[in-house]
This record gives sequence, C-alpha cells and structure tokens, in this order.
Amino acid sequence: MNWQIHLPALALAVPLLGAFVSPVAGLGGRLTRNAWMVLVSMATTAVCILLWQRVIAGGTVVYVMGAEAWNITLPSGLSWPIRIILEVDAFSAFMAVVGSIAALAGAFFSLRFMDKFTGLEKFSALFFLLVTGMLGMQLTGDLFNFFVFLEIASVASFGLIAFWRDRPEAVEASFKYMVVSTISAMFVLIAVGFFYGRYNAVNIAAVARMLHMGYAEKIALVFIVVSLAMKCGAVPMHMWTPDAYAEAPAGVTCLLVAVSQASLYGLFRVCFSLYGVSLGSTVVPWTIIVMGVLSMFIGVTMAVIQKEMKRLMAYHSVSQIGYILMALGVGLLSLKDPQAMADYGFTAMKGGIFHIINYTMYKGLLFLTAGAVFYSAGTRNLNELGGLARLMPQTTFMFVIAAAAIAGLPPFNGFVSKLLIYQSTFAVYPLLAVAALVTSVLTLASFVKVFQTAFLGPAKKTFEKVTEVPASMLLGMSVLTIVIVALTLFPGWTLSHLVEPAAKALVDQAGYISAVMGGGL
Amino acid sequence: MTGNAPFLVVGIIFFLGMYAILFERNLIKIAIGITLLEASANLLLIVLGFRTGGTIPIFTLAGGTRTMVLPTPQALTLTAIVIGLATSALLLSLVILLYRHYGTLDVREIRRLRG
Repeated sequence: MNWQIHLPALALAVPLLGAFVSPVAGLGGRLTRNAWMVLVSMATTAVCILLWQRVIAGGTVVYVMGAEAWNITLPSGLSWPIRIILEVDAFSAFMAVVGSIAALAGAFFSLRFMDKFTGLEKFSALFFLLVTGMLGMQLTGDLFNFFVFLEIASVASFGLIAFWRDRPEAVEASFKYMVVSTISAMFVLIAVGFFYGRYNAVNIAAVARMLHMGYAEKIALVFIVVSLAMKCGAVPMHMWTPDAYAEAPAGVTCLLVAVSQASLYGLFRVCFSLYGVSLGSTVVPWTIIVMGVLSMFIGVTMAVIQKEMKRLMAYHSVSQIGYILMALGVGLLSLKDPQAMADYGFTAMKGGIFHIINYTMYKGLLFLTAGAVFYSAGTRNLNELGGLARLMPQTTFMFVIAAAAIAGLPPFNGFVSKLLIYQSTFAVYPLLAVAALVTSVLTLASFVKVFQTAFLGPAKKTFEKVTEVPASMLLGMSVLTIVIVALTLFPGWTLSHLVEPAAKALVDQAGYISAVMGGGL
Repeated sequence: MTGNAPFLVVGIIFFLGMYAILFERNLIKIAIGITLLEASANLLLIVLGFRTGGTIPIFTLAGGTRTMVLPTPQALTLTAIVIGLATSALLLSLVILLYRHYGTLDVREIRRLRG
C-alpha cells in the first residue's frame, strides 16, 4: 500500500501533532523547542508540496476519515456521503502549498524574534494550531468541517494576536478580531444549518449536486459571503485588519496573511463549487467586484497616510485582497457564458489566483522586514526611523524586492498578476482597470515613502548600535525572497503549472462533485 | 403555524444578539450578545433536526416507533457548543485583561487603535 494516499490526512496530522507536542518539547529547553518548530514546519511544507504533486499528477484526491478504506466516499451503496471527507483539488492543494510556505517562513523568523519573551512553548503550540486550522479550511470537503477549522484557526489567532498581553493595544486588537470572527463563524454555522435543513447533507459536493436556488439557498449565500468577506478583511468590514496585523508578532502576521487567504478560499469554493452556474443573476459577482474595488481603493488611501510601518502594510493587505476579490469576481461573472469565459473570465481567474501566491509571499516578506526593523531599531514609527540601509543591508535588500513586487514594477511577479487583472477587467468595465491602476500607483507611492524615510537618509544617533538581525530571521525572510525571485524569473512556468490547474479546478464544478459522488450522476 | 414557532424564536434570539453586539457599549454585554448569537445558531440546528413525535436517535432504545429525530444536527450542535464554550471563555478573559489595562469596560474609551 502506498503511503502517499494518506497525504491529505497527514497535512492536518503533522501540524496538529506539532501543536500538542510543543509543550513537551519546550521542557527540553530552548534548543529542543526550536528544533521541533523547524522540524514540524518543514515537514508540513514537504507534505503539502507532495500532496500538490499528487493532485497535479492524478487529479482530485479524496480522503475519507473513519471509514474502512480511505476512498469509500459512499459507503454501502448509499447515495449520499456520511463521513468526514477531505477533498483536495488543484486549487486547494495550491492554497495549501502557499499557506505552508508562509508558515515555514514565519516559523524560522519567530525562533529568534520571540526570544526575549516567555511562554514560547505555548506560542509554538498556538502557531501550529493556526497552521492546522488554515490547512483544514483549505483541504476539507465538508461545510461543517470548514466551520470547525475556521474556529480552530480563529481561536489560535486570538491567542497569538494578544500574545504580548502586557500591551493594551494587542489585547484591544485581539478583542476586535475576536468579535468579528466569532460573528462570522456563527454566520457560517447558520448557513450550514440552512443547507442541512434543505438537503440533509453538509458535504459540499453532495449539496452542490442537489442544489437548486430558492429562498433558503439565497439566505445561506448571503450569510456565507458576508461572513467570509468579513474574515478576509474586505472593505466594509475591514476595521479589524490593521489592528490585528499590526499588533501581532511579525512571524504570526506573516501566517495571518495566509490564513485570511483561507477564508478567501472558502468564499470562492462556495461560490464556484457549491453554487456554480446556479448563482443565476449577476448580483453576487458584482457584489464581490464592487467589494474588491472599494477594498483596493479605500485600503490604499488609508495606507498612504499611516505613520506606523506595520499598520501601513496592513492597510495594503486590505487593498491587495481587493485585487483578488475583483479578479475572481470577474471570473464568477463570466461563469455562465463560455465565450466570455474564454475571452476574459479565465484570464481574470488566472490573474487572481496568481495574485494569491504573489500577495502571500511579498506581503509576508514585508511584514517580516517590518518585524526585523522593530527587532533591531525598537520602533515602528516612520517619523523616528531613518538611515537603516547602511546598518541592515540584507533586510533593506529584501524590503526593496518585496516593495517592488507589491507595487507591480515590471520584472517582478506582482506585475505579471496585475497585468492579467488589468487586461481582463478592462474587457468587463474599463473603470475597474483604471481603479486597479490608480491603486497600484498609490501603492508604489506609499512604499517609496517607507523606503525613503526608514532606510535612506542620514544615519541617526539613536540607531548607532543597530545591527543586522540574527541569521535565523534572515533565513525566514530569504525563504520568501527566494519564492518571489523564482516567481519573477519563471512566470510562464508558474502560470502553466501552478496557476492554470488551480483555475481550471475552480471552474470545473462537475469534476469537484463527481470526485465524491462518483461518475455518471 | 405553531410548527414554525421555534424558527421565530431563533430569529428573535439572533436579532437580540446582533443588537447587543452592534449597539451596546459595555464589553460584557457585547460578550453576552455573542453568546446569544451562538445560542441561536445551535437552536436552529436542533430545530432543523426535530421530527414531530420522534424518539431519541438510538436504534436499540427507540422502541416500536419508526420516527426518530435526526442525529446529525445533534452531533453538530454538541461540537458547536464545545467550540462556543472555548470562545466565550477566551472572550471573557480578554475582557478581564482589557479592564486591567484600561480601567473601564466602555468601548468608547477603549480605542487606542484608530485611523
């Protein structure tokens, strides 16, 4: 028997084991704890990459928890699935790879960054619980299971955001995030209730096969779109994002960025795979597009006026989420019409999905560099920083790469995905592309400001003793830098091998259903 | 009509919870609002699984009747209750920390993060 069939379960089991063994490993002292953290995060990344390879090679992978065999989705000839099923298609596997790389970088970075603080075994336990929750949301094929993993991820992140609990701001940010994400989790649960009441099933594929639009489905859709947009920080509900991202320790923020992508994943999984063409009207796609445009524009305008480095970057996450929402909203808009799909819809989806990996990588890197500046210089206030380029050359170098990528300067990966988004949204409505371009310009402006005030300029007396950050933090940052450089150098390979299968899997509703429900139905 | 009464109760609890979260200014009351929201979601699941005249969904204990209430929502609700307990405990502990830091429970005064 091939052990690789258990990869979907391993992707959840490895970080979960990592979480619960962390306190034990913490007993062995600092070295054991750090070794355990590195080991588990590397193993998780390896499992996710293997899983992705398997999905690309052999199509959608299903894994049934608690059955006699791993692949019996419909036991004893029943026509509906009754067990917990993990369903991994190319899009989920892609998201899992992206998330696990961000987690790896965050783990490396946190080894030394958190060194000054106590309770680190709890920190690594929560860190891996957050990874488990994120991967669970991305790999599950079951709506209720999605809710459970959403709650696991949320509860772990409350603890991590408030980790510096002697800082009032951190507790305040955690409380805000907690109110928002508990409400959104309850909305998801209510939506699950609606689906269960209508179809006696909570499996996404089973519900999708039986779905026909009625009032209950529309209410459930509203609940899900509102709650998951709230969780990923789209504009009308974005107030928690800057607080939580700015107050969490930098290694955690890097991971939180990836976790917000998991909510985004859930949103699009529901829209594309659960509802698909039966979304019917253009109301939902346009809601998502408008939300995206607002997020882009409001996020970036708020970012320009910020004086605190991490808060500024956090507002940029709101604006980058807007790009992804807009692109995938355009994809959703053209779902019914094969001609429109071929003309611009598929390009938009490729752009959006490519932007997911780009965004996670460079935004994670930016937060890590901000954390490195905070670690060395002791402040994140742009009015106090200055002249760090001479003192921290490696960090400066990586900041420049990440800033160029997020601003979409031509050779970098951000440019490729943004170009795809401009092209495709222009075909739908030119104003969308204009909004995206203006946002991009403002993004560049605000990062020029950060670079100029924090890294350039005359050396300041207060920062005389500032040195480059320790090697393990540089290692965490270089993981993301290497990915960005690779994506920059090989955009063609990335688009055809990484992004296109994911976009195809997202559009292919029938394939998603038949992987669980069997063919010919 | 009476068959739909439980759903009406779910709706009332839901809106009470949302009202408390949106308009109350005391952190404890906001926490109560969140637990009300959880209660309404749990009640919704239980009501959805109810069948009139049904017995407990355990095959050997059901006796002669053929109607049973649905077991799945009960399992879902148990999970949701446990999760809700954990969130409520964490929520209240954060409220305690906030009170220690700020010396107040009024949300209008706990706003060091803005802009």
